[in-house]
Order: sequence, then structure tokens, then C-alpha cells
Amino acid sequence: MRVALFVTCVNDALYPATGIATVRLLERLGVEVDFPAAQTCCGQPQFNTGYRRETEPLVRRTTRAFEGYEYVVTPSGSCVAMVRDHYPKFGETSLPSRTYELTEFLVDVLGVTDVGAYFPHTVTYHPSCHGLRMLGLGDRPRKLLDAVKGLELRELPGAEECCGFGGTFAVKNAEVSAAMGRDKVRNAVSTGADVLCGADNSCLMHIDGILRRQAVPTQGVPLRALHIADILASTEEEPYV
Amino acid sequence: MSATYLGMPSFPEAAGEALHNVTLRANLRHATHTIRDKRARAVAELADWAELREAGKQIKNRTLRHLDRYLEQLETAVTEAGGTVHWAADAEEANRIVADLVKATGEREVVKVKSMATQEIGLNEALEAEGISAYETDLAELIVQLGDDRPSHILVPAIHRNRGEIRDIFAEKMANWGRPAPDGLSDSPAELAEAARLHLREKFLRAKVGISGANFMVAETGTLVVFESEGNGRMCLTLPETLISVVGIEKVVPSWRDLEVFLQTLPRSSTAERMNPYTSMWTGTADTDGPQTFHLVLLDNGRTDALADEVGRQALRCIRCSACLNVCPVYERAGGHAYGSVYPGPIGAILSPQLRGIQSEIDASLPYASTLCGACYEVCPVAIDIPEVLVHLREKVADQGGKGHRLEKAAIKAAGWVLDHPAALAAGERAASRTRKLHPKRLPGAGAWTAARELPELPAESFRDWWKKNRT
Repeated sequence: MRVALFVTCVNDALYPATGIATVRLLERLGVEVDFPAAQTCCGQPQFNTGYRRETEPLVRRTTRAFEGYEYVVTPSGSCVAMVRDHYPKFGETSLPSRTYELTEFLVDVLGVTDVGAYFPHTVTYHPSCHGLRMLGLGDRPRKLLDAVKGLELRELPGAEECCGFGGTFAVKNAEVSAAMGRDKVRNAVSTGADVLCGADNSCLMHIDGILRRQAVPTQGVPLRALHIADILASTEEEPYV
Repeated sequence: MSATYLGMPSFPEAAGEALHNVTLRANLRHATHTIRDKRARAVAELADWAELREAGKQIKNRTLRHLDRYLEQLETAVTEAGGTVHWAADAEEANRIVADLVKATGEREVVKVKSMATQEIGLNEALEAEGISAYETDLAELIVQLGDDRPSHILVPAIHRNRGEIRDIFAEKMANWGRPAPDGLSDSPAELAEAARLHLREKFLRAKVGISGANFMVAETGTLVVFESEGNGRMCLTLPETLISVVGIEKVVPSWRDLEVFLQTLPRSSTAERMNPYTSMWTGTADTDGPQTFHLVLLDNGRTDALADEVGRQALRCIRCSACLNVCPVYERAGGHAYGSVYPGPIGAILSPQLRGIQSEIDASLPYASTLCGACYEVCPVAIDIPEVLVHLREKVADQGGKGHRLEKAAIKAAGWVLDHPAALAAGERAASRTRKLHPKRLPGAGAWTAARELPELPAESFRDWWKKNRT
């Protein structure tokens, strides 16, 4: 099977490791991965901030970049939500039905929950709002994590509450955003887990930013934020470092 | 809307203030989490919740599509039943109509059942200017009124107060308005409720004029409906000789059968009750019982403007249950007052800018008072897609330009050019990576981010470059 990777702008520029992990994971599962270089950004930041006209060229570009692929896979629930929920408003109806969030693709299309991963850590999972409510990812990410060798999953209190990122909300309403993020971090720390895992690096960037700020005055980082692709790509032969 | 909200600072500023109020945050957190958990349990009891939600949405949509027809039908039915219908285009006209009606009775006091519409138009203040005292009789509204405060929640107007604060307000203020609080009043709910009951009973028995809103108006019969849980509403609706109801035009439903849906969804969504304790319905006047004079003031106040907006009009489906407030993580932290309106929370963020326009600082900031997490849409019993309307209103605010948005638009356009040229994007990423060791920890211009968060560390190379090296 051949799929196109939609790595997303945030992963491309800031979290290439997540893109690389997605490639390694998919290839390990026998999937041939392409990376159409014409892709850039899905247009969500512009659209959600109220710049519809400025979003339009990006909708066209993204759609064109993935023409001809039966499956487009991305390690970002939020970007899939943009494509699926909002592209039809721009008259683009073909890409939405072919675009899959990574965990959705693994469970629904490849039909696997045990991807042969090894990750000897305690992990708590934060379901990002777009994955949770717009995509309805449900327990797919948890099923995948449950099957990871060495991984102990811990329940995150208030898991379904927003972390406070919200795209430009993080800047426009910085104080409320940070207060929400600190509550999310407090809940995550209360689980005693080593890793807070999610399926959207944009939310994780915000959570991790708070974690590192809080950890600065003390010794070391008690908890780190990590994308689920990084965990699922980790194996005994090639563990995540 | 109410004059008390004019000149409010923008949402981020007001929210920042609320965030620093530790008591407020604790009060709100406790209250919203309690109600939201109870609501979830009450909703889960109904196997057909999804169907009820869809039915409520469709009933409201159909009504709004033919609003003119149903309102005329309502007017005819109310008139035939012995009531008088008045049409008010805006707050000023509505207030003048009510003040004139009260003055015509020769009375200087009115009792009020909690009503969002009269809060919206600032009726109490308008009556006060005419020398008429309006007494709120809902327990929470009483707390707000005695405390010289403003409501901060649609259903629980004093949600921002805890029991200790309420005790202090009662002990200090009740005597100025009528029967004083009993000596040695404690903060137990039963004692507080009893103090309020004794204080209010005098007002109920004395008042000759009652003022109400309504949750629904049935077009086919001219019947008005109030849902409540304390019984104070029924006192206001039945004891006075004159009853004046001020109701938004979107509250009409075509028939009695339509109420069946809302009788189930409204109480469960708002107070997590299977049914609200008091449902009062009245049709015009009756010779033998209840008010002998009945006036219905139908309020527009921006509603037809909202109706004209194809995306925004869904906000008019709102049945004021407040489920969206209780589940909203932004409301929970910012508090109701930060929204600068009697309609706070997610629904307020889409309703107020539509009713009042987006010219003021507060109204232009409200569409951004959300992370678009979607929790509000999920719980809404009439399926208002609040995130969709928020984004739609953001477009209008961005188009309007104004504070910050011109600069933002320029930046978005510049970024848009780069994002439409992958080679330029790759070059930019490479340049950033090469100089990453030189970047300061706290970038200028990233202040809002770095005030509370570290910036992500830039990687040595972009994914794009990794792919080029390793897979092509």
C-alpha cells in the first residue's frame, strides 16, 4: 500500500522527529510512504483566526499536492479536522474523505492495534479537542498504547478538558490559555507518569512549554510531552531517545 | 444591552483580572464542575437524547424561518385572550413601554421573576430613573441585586459568590431594601434560603405589578411559559393585578406539541433535573384568578439583524440553558463578568456581538474568547455550532480591521506567500535551523507566549530536509 504523508507545517519546521517516526512506523508496517514536496500548511491557523480569503490558496495547494493518492496520512488530528470539516466549505470534497489521522489510519485502514512497539515508560494520554470531538478518535489511541510492550498507561484526570492552546488563542488570550495549560500539567503530573502523550504537536508544544518553564527552577524535568507517533515508532531494536 | 456593561475593557484584559481573583476561580471551578457532572448523568438517562436534540434544533429552525408568521399568530391569540401586545425595536423602546405601563397603574414598586430579556435591556436601571423600584425575587438575582453586583451566569447569576459571601451580603444589605436578615445568620443553605424567603414574602404580598420574561411563547394559543425551580416566579405571575412580560421575539414556538421536546431538554441541560419543579403557563387574563391586566412586550433589540445572518442566526435557537457555560474551560477561568454582557460564556461570545454589533472593544474581542475546543457544541441541546459562529464572527472582526487586526492581516498575508512557495518555506526553515544556537530564549514579539511558556527548541533540520537526504 502506498500513502502520502501530510507532515503538517508545525511538524515540518518544529517537530521533524514526529514526521520521521511516522515514516518509520508506516514503513515497518509494510506501507510505502511518499512525501509530496508541494505541501505546506492546511490553512487552519488562518481560517480559525478569521482570514478566510487568505486560507483559500492553502486549501487549493494542499488539495493539489495530494491529488491521486488514495490515502493521505497525518500525525495531527487538528489538521485532519480542518481538512474534513472546513475544506468542503471551499468546495473541496475529495481530499476530506481520503485524509486520515495517524491512529485512525492504523486502526481503521491497516486494522492493527499492536504495531510491535516497545516503550518502557509510564504514559498518560491527553486527547486533543479536535481529535476527540471533531474526528471522534475515541479509544483508538488508547488501544494502540495499550498494546505497546513495556508501556504502562495511566488515567489522566480531566482528560477531555482543553489544554488551552487553541491556535492563536494561546497568544490573543495568553493568560487564560496559560491557566488552562497549567491545570492540564498539574493533572498530568498527578498521575506520576514520565510521559504525557498526545496526537497533536501544536497542543503538546503549549503543554511542553509550560512543563519546561515550571521545571526550570527545579532539578530536571519531571514529565515530558511526546507525540504518540514517537512512542509507536519506538522498538527494542531502535528505541526512542 | 444594559448600560452597566458599556465601556467594558476587551475580554483578555477583563479575563486577566478575573484570573487573579483566587476566590472567584475556586467558586467557579467548584460550581461548574458540579453542574457539568450532574448534567452528564441526567442526559445519559435518556436513550433518545440525540433525537431530542435534533428535534429541538429543527423546531427552532422552522420557527425562525417563518418568524413573522408565528409572531403575528401569537399576537392575535394573546389579544383574543385578553392581553395587549406591544412591539419594541430596541432596549430604549422596550424600557419606555414598560415604564409607561407601570406608571399608568400608579404604582412605584414592581416584583420581578428572573428574566434575561429585562437584564439585557437594563430595565431595572431604566425603571429606577423613573422613580420605580424593581425587586428581583429569584434567590440568585436577589443576591446580585443586594450586592450591587452584576449577574455572571445565565442560570446561576451569583455563581461567582460562595456561601460566606452571600451571608455577608444578606446581613449587611437586606435591611436597606425591606425586612432585615435574622440576627446571627449563618452560611448554611437552609438559613440563607429562609432569610430570603422571609424578605421576599413581604414584597410578593404587597406588589400590584409583576414583571417577567418567558422561556417559550406558544403561537397557536398565545400561551406564555416560564420554567423555574424556586416558585418565586409563580408568585410573581399570579399575585399581582398587572403582569408585564418582556420576551425576545425568538422565544416563540408554533404549538403546544413542540414544548414536549424542550420540557425534556431544558431542565436536564440546565439544572440536571428530569423536570423543572415549576412550569407556569398563562394565556391572557381570566376574570376569576391571576392578573387582571396582561401586557406582552415583544423585544427585537438586534434579533432581526442576527436572523439576517445565515451562519450567525443559529444563535437564536438558544433556550438559555447555560450548559455551554458550565462546560467551557474559558468561562471557568475568566468568569462571567469578563464577557461584558448578561449573556456570558460561549453563547454570550456569539450572541452579544450579533445583538450589539462588533464596534466596541469588548464585542470585537468576544469571538476570540474561545479555544474552539467544541465542548459547548457537544452539550448544546439545540445543537448550536458555536465554534462555527465564532469563526464566522472572527472573519467579520478581521475584515473590520481595527486594533491589532491590520498588523495581523499583514503578517498572515506574508506568511501566506511563504506557505504558497514551498522553496521559500524550506529556505526559511534552513536559515532558522542554522542560526538556532543564536536565538534568544525569549523572542521579542513572542511575549504573550513566553510570559508563561518556553518556546519550542528549533530542530537541526526540518522534516523536508531530512526526507530529501534520506528518502530521495
